[in-house]
Amino acid sequence: MKFNLKVWRQKNAKAQGKLVDYTIDNINADMSFLEMVDVLNDNLTRKGEDPIAFDHDCREGICGMCSMYISGRAHGPHHAATTCQLYMRSFKDGETIYVEPFRAGAFPIIKDLVTDRSAFDRIIAKGGFVSVNTGQAQDANNLPVDKADAEKAMDAAACIGCGACVAACPNSAAMLFVSAKISQLALLPQGAPEKNNRAINMVNQMDEEGFGNCTNIGACEAECPKEIKLTNIARMNREYLVASLINE
Amino acid sequence: MSELNSKIPEGPLAEKWDNYKEHAKLVNPANKRKLEVIVVGTGLAGAAAAASLAELGYQVKAFCFQDSPRRAHSIAAQGGINAAKNYKNDGDSVFRLFYDTIKGGDFRAREANVYRLATESRNIIDQCVAQGVPFAREYGGLLDNRSFGGSQVSRTFYARGQTGQQLLLGAYGALERQIGLGNVKMYSRHEMVEVVTIEGKARGIIARNLITGQLERYFGHAVILASGGYGNVFFLSTNAMGSNVTAAWKAHKKGAYFANPCYTQIHPTCIPVTGDYQSKLTLMSESLRNDGRVWVPKTKEDAKAIREGKKTAVDIKEEDRDYYLERKYPSFGNLCPRDIASRAAKEACDDGRGIVPSGLGVFLDFADAIKRLGVDVVKARYGELFPMYQNITNEDPLKTPMKIYPAVHYTMGGLWVDYELMTSVQGLYCLGEANFSDHGANRLGASALMQGLADGYFVIPYTIGNYLSSEIFVKSIPTDHPAFVEAEKEAKERAEKLIGTKGKKTVDDFHKELGKIMWEYCGMARTAEGLTHARKLIQNLRKEFWSNVNIPGSLDEFNPEFDKAGRVADFIELGELMVIDALNRNESCGGHFRTEYQDAGEAKRDDEKYAYVAAWEHKAVDADPVLHKEELVYENIKLQVRSYK
Amino acid sequence: MQNSVLIKSSIGKKLIMGLTGLFLIFFLVVHASINGCIWFNDGGETFLFYAHFMGTNFLVHIAEVGLFAGLILHIVDGLLLWKQNRDARPGKYAYSNPSANSKWYSRSMGILGTLILFFLIVHLRNFWGPNRLNQISTGEELNLFQLMQEDFSNVWMVIFYVAACFSLFWHLLHGFKSAFQSLGLNNVKYNKAIEIAGTAFAIIVPLVFALMPISFYFGWVK
Repeated sequence: MKFNLKVWRQKNAKAQGKLVDYTIDNINADMSFLEMVDVLNDNLTRKGEDPIAFDHDCREGICGMCSMYISGRAHGPHHAATTCQLYMRSFKDGETIYVEPFRAGAFPIIKDLVTDRSAFDRIIAKGGFVSVNTGQAQDANNLPVDKADAEKAMDAAACIGCGACVAACPNSAAMLFVSAKISQLALLPQGAPEKNNRAINMVNQMDEEGFGNCTNIGACEAECPKEIKLTNIARMNREYLVASLINE
Repeated sequence: MSELNSKIPEGPLAEKWDNYKEHAKLVNPANKRKLEVIVVGTGLAGAAAAASLAELGYQVKAFCFQDSPRRAHSIAAQGGINAAKNYKNDGDSVFRLFYDTIKGGDFRAREANVYRLATESRNIIDQCVAQGVPFAREYGGLLDNRSFGGSQVSRTFYARGQTGQQLLLGAYGALERQIGLGNVKMYSRHEMVEVVTIEGKARGIIARNLITGQLERYFGHAVILASGGYGNVFFLSTNAMGSNVTAAWKAHKKGAYFANPCYTQIHPTCIPVTGDYQSKLTLMSESLRNDGRVWVPKTKEDAKAIREGKKTAVDIKEEDRDYYLERKYPSFGNLCPRDIASRAAKEACDDGRGIVPSGLGVFLDFADAIKRLGVDVVKARYGELFPMYQNITNEDPLKTPMKIYPAVHYTMGGLWVDYELMTSVQGLYCLGEANFSDHGANRLGASALMQGLADGYFVIPYTIGNYLSSEIFVKSIPTDHPAFVEAEKEAKERAEKLIGTKGKKTVDDFHKELGKIMWEYCGMARTAEGLTHARKLIQNLRKEFWSNVNIPGSLDEFNPEFDKAGRVADFIELGELMVIDALNRNESCGGHFRTEYQDAGEAKRDDEKYAYVAAWEHKAVDADPVLHKEELVYENIKLQVRSYK
Repeated sequence: MQNSVLIKSSIGKKLIMGLTGLFLIFFLVVHASINGCIWFNDGGETFLFYAHFMGTNFLVHIAEVGLFAGLILHIVDGLLLWKQNRDARPGKYAYSNPSANSKWYSRSMGILGTLILFFLIVHLRNFWGPNRLNQISTGEELNLFQLMQEDFSNVWMVIFYVAACFSLFWHLLHGFKSAFQSLGLNNVKYNKAIEIAGTAFAIIVPLVFALMPISFYFGWVK
């Protein structure tokens, strides 16, 4: 297979970036998108050019590090998959593919396709946990959890923190990410004691980071590689509303 | 006769750990605030340690090379975590978990460590549930378990096919909480490139800021390495692309002994290699062997027909199939330990009965399970594993059997540590997969998560106090101390040499080359001849690397190719040590299979000569390492031939 | 305990949008039902009866103030959202394919809202404005039925109204169920019902409104 790539190249955070054209040939349909970029980078390196910087690690769709905006979509055209799980068979031979970084003011570009998503960590640091020190726990089976709730909590907890929701959202909102964590802990009895502070603190931090506002467009849900549902955002809205009404 | 002091506490096995904890020295809260601890790596072991130590009041600095601590490769563990809870009432106990682990490790692990691990396994589950980890539950709301390879009880806790992710996010949450409270200072996109020792004690690290390329100095009263395993020495493995040995290797070169480097685990259920462009291999959780049956055709003719696409799995009649694990190991069947399952797959394929075009693949069939349980139950049980397989291979495992083959997955070897998890360098600790301690020559499924979290949550918080209690008078050492300057200079010179080489071959060229050598000669089957040859090949590769590698870009920018080069440089040196270790161990045990030492295909141990931990001391890159032996003393169990028949 | 300023937060803005939206939706129902009385075809008698009530009742006047307040809040909140959301992505994508993951009208609430606002200005100038002015200067109400007959004899005015109803249709198609989502009233069990109700509402109400000028123009209402 042969492809024309238009890749965002940007030397560093301050530099002006631009799309650069590359042509790549002899690509196997069973290659992953990242392996295709590996081949391209190999070619560039041999030619003495600077290879394209991109984030990637586990290459099995769970670490959340890979993050490309491909053909106008977060993680590319394949449904419910990260960039590393996107295979070249999803593209037509000879297709022109745009490759850009996840764009949002809260995700500044470091180089080429690499962005700084530490805003997510700072949001989690405000409440994405249960405050239990090591050794304080009771026996695990002393706390039964409704299986249905546990399943729903697991659905939300599946979030890999990749930022596709932000990248896909026309408003650059991070609500799907934040709501996934708030939901997981709101659905479990372990999360109950801190639920009000959690909702308020995490949402406040999200706002401070400069993410946009949610207008219920639903692009986040459609592009989420882990199929996190919009119901989580509704739950967060509820949690936040209640918390802000009763918190002193 | 042992040269190394493993500091195993006195007393009966079951009381050693309590004994230790009751007599370990303590640090009072006011002093804890003055003590700084560096943690390198934020996987299960690192994040758990950093969070727990910060909770205790220590000042922690945590480092990871990824963009966030949540991305550490523990996140990819699928199947589950063992714990001797006996919630299933099927006869499990601490002793049984201990025994299974020792036996699974082919009697090459330390009794006291493993017993402690089995004991703490129960606390881990409690801790994780309290953190909100959404483990699978039964309808009554209580925790569910499943069985895993190498045991006859159901003691594996799981969160769909994402157990590692959920446990790591629990530990990450605990870590972020401490970061938010100001007790941990987090340095992501930082890679440790040197350990700093002062008067024989670890006192800090030099880290490279991967964004700016700058070398930075950090002081700590103690340094903890939790930097994971070295499976990527094989280039193709189930590890993440960034997983590397650099932190452990730099420590090794600064005096920490490296133990049992040849013990590598080849996982039986991975997606087979399809092309040379491939960058990594994907694991399919071992839990699939609960319901999946492994087979190849009985005849070479059928296998050939399948390879050539003339027949498919369904064309092979039941009586023409060889469910070889069930045939060879009737009592454990498809759930025999990983090393055994891997070797059996290799044997079947070597026999010409492989079922993928390369010849290196076997079937993992769910047809019976689907018949027994229905599609929905099977689908629910394995969460995203099936879609993942389908996405990669374009085949639906619910309709046609999965195709699998062994791949490098985990490394049991690592930095030598004593009972306190301290390496042979004072004040330098090593946790999780990076150390050698608990799995012997083969790790059982669902035990890696257990060990990482036990080390991080429940061992290091006690044992580090025993050391730091005597360090309370040491003030923070300014990083302009000559030892820091010297270490930074070393790292800088090495980096400049690398980037200045401007040769012809790319970093990946060398890495792939190394991987081929390791897989060929130090993989599933090893011979003295092959290993001797491999050592020469690796030495040549090392020389060529340092004279002919081509790294684009400069040192003062974000430069992933350079980061990779530094890691590959260390892998090459480690590769040689692995080969040396494999050559030294004239026996077969667990993940180390020497073709010369076998009993009709089964590993043949030599307990008289090799019931020891081989801890290697680094001398110089060109010199032979020095072997230190830690004899393994078994007081509570009898060494016997490991049988799963 | 941290104080939150509900109004200032992103979720607060969502809530305001949802609440004012539902309030305006309620107004649309009232407005449509009263104006629908023209189809009694009684020369506007029934319609004028209720119009008179709405135009003179003290409580309705107070509600009217609330309505304008709600409308303005809805608009201001919308403008704030629009600005903040635009600023949240300083570097735009060179190539984007949003239709693959969302509906165009969901992404275009600002534009649709602006069109509706533009319509409202004309609409108020046509009916509400002259009527109130007359009430203030003479104490008498205008005959709104007659006014409608006059205005909707102009084909351009009819087209303009019908076009505005399309904007309203798309605005409601997203806005109705969106309001429930914003208020956290999203439950797998009822989502389908909300979705159906929202779509039905978005079709019926603008259709009813659009039929009014059309009915006058073609002389179906006398």
